[in-house]
Amino acid sequence: MTTTEMLKIDKLCAGYGRMRILHDVDLRLGEGEIVALVGANGAGKTTTLRAVCGQLRPESGTITFAGSPTAGRRPDQLVRDGLVHVPEDRALFGTLTVEENLRMGAWTRPAAGAEAGMREVFELFPVLAERRAQVAQTFSGGQQQMLAIGRALMARPKLLMLDEPSTGLSPKLTWAVLDAVRRIRDTGVAVLLVEQNAKQALGIADRAYVLESGSTVLHGTGSELAGSAEVRKAYLGL
Amino acid sequence: MSNSGTKTEPPPAPAVRRGPLARLSPGDGTGALLKRAAATGGLVAVAIAIALIKSGSGLVVWQSVVTGLLMGGLYGLIAMGLTLIFGVLDIVNFAHGALLAIAMFIAFGVVQGTGLHPYLTLLVAVPALFLIGAVVHRGLLSGTGGASLENQLLITLGLSLLLENGLLMFFGAEPKNVALPGDFQFSLFGAVVSGARLYAFLGAIAIGALLFWLLRRTRFGTAIRAVAANGPGAELVGVNVRRVHTLTFAIGTACAGAAAVLAAPLVTVTPTLGEQFNITAFVVVVLGGMGNVAGALVGGLLIGLVEQLTTIYMDGQSSLLGVFAVFLIVLFLRPQGLFGRRS
Repeated sequence: MTTTEMLKIDKLCAGYGRMRILHDVDLRLGEGEIVALVGANGAGKTTTLRAVCGQLRPESGTITFAGSPTAGRRPDQLVRDGLVHVPEDRALFGTLTVEENLRMGAWTRPAAGAEAGMREVFELFPVLAERRAQVAQTFSGGQQQMLAIGRALMARPKLLMLDEPSTGLSPKLTWAVLDAVRRIRDTGVAVLLVEQNAKQALGIADRAYVLESGSTVLHGTGSELAGSAEVRKAYLGL
Repeated sequence: MSNSGTKTEPPPAPAVRRGPLARLSPGDGTGALLKRAAATGGLVAVAIAIALIKSGSGLVVWQSVVTGLLMGGLYGLIAMGLTLIFGVLDIVNFAHGALLAIAMFIAFGVVQGTGLHPYLTLLVAVPALFLIGAVVHRGLLSGTGGASLENQLLITLGLSLLLENGLLMFFGAEPKNVALPGDFQFSLFGAVVSGARLYAFLGAIAIGALLFWLLRRTRFGTAIRAVAANGPGAELVGVNVRRVHTLTFAIGTACAGAAAVLAAPLVTVTPTLGEQFNITAFVVVVLGGMGNVAGALVGGLLIGLVEQLTTIYMDGQSSLLGVFAVFLIVLFLRPQGLFGRRS
């Protein structure tokens, strides 16, 4: 099991207006761990991430990041604490160049460290180095996803949250992105990975949670869940 | 409304922007841009040629071109502030002209009160307008009340009425002048140019260039462009978006403040003089592409030219007539502006 808890979600309830999406979500994520959150479309995966990163105020329950509760903290403050979220739409700065996007990723860091951070990102995604002067909105889906992850890494996160990084990507590109996620984990960054594509997510996750109708109904190691007959039938379509 | 079993998940907060996509620089194909610049240049040449035929005097036309371009620099600076605010905050600030009038009265008051050189009042008027801009944004526009387009329109229009009538109350309606000590005139290949006009132009271009440098070359400027490109994304990298909005609004109004001081020796200072500048600035903003800062400067020069040529085309008519004609033509043929991109 985990030694230090990076993220702890207890009895989280949240929603939009009077529509409640999440009912008692519980989740634990340790240092240097990839945890996958899988579930059907509409199960509340994105809502969970939005509540954790501060974009959505929970109705009840607690979220503890690196030992302190996140309640009342704005998204930009949580980035400073090391919690970085890559949303499904990637939220890139379309009119800015790759280099400007990456430099903005390091907004909360001392400007002097940006060069070193960029070198690391270019090592992970060499295609970004080739296109560093190009404007982001001209990119393909895969390149945009790499830039979004690269921009997030520039903030030197302790916890990286990725919402459906495989959206719109070919299987080959998905594999490349997930491989990069594994390498990011190996540098000591904890990853919370949300995927509809449960098969691949369970393949790289250390542990995983299954979300159903806004509640965490199952959890276990990635291989346990991938092997469970129940999960295979209900979520993997196998 | 829905029971717990429904599998509906509302989409994440909309990142959709009202109005045209904010573009702070013409980053699209250089070829297309050159073509448009050439077409614009061609139209200007034709307009000047017709003016030559109409007036029959090269000197008259030359004088108009010189005066128009010099005044156009000021229009450009005013419009840069307005278009910056629109591009980053999606706010159409109808109080821009009234804020400019405030700055002009600050310049007038300081010159009257202390005998300071008019241009030195930049040191008072620009910080004052920056502060006023920040207060207006924080106090009136940044809350939920300023969220909808209709509210922004009502708030900024109401503010402009309030400011204008405030000026009327304190300073009275009689026109005032700000004289430039030691002003001179010289002949530029036959056209008469006053020192005040030349300084106003050079000052406007310099401040415009400074703003452009800020946006393109500094960390904070990159953050402003990032907020314009994707607000939620800026929040996700740790930018305090509300603060950037306030500072951008303040910078935009400070531009109007600087333009006001530079223009003060050239105009008759009245409480309502902001209105005409406001209208002109809106036309310039649309011409340059809403949200396009560099386009605003070029648009300003063009509108200055149009204004002067109108007086040759249509004797005795208000120069605004030509400005509106151009406005309608642009809206009809190229609503995204000369340098904007269809979005």
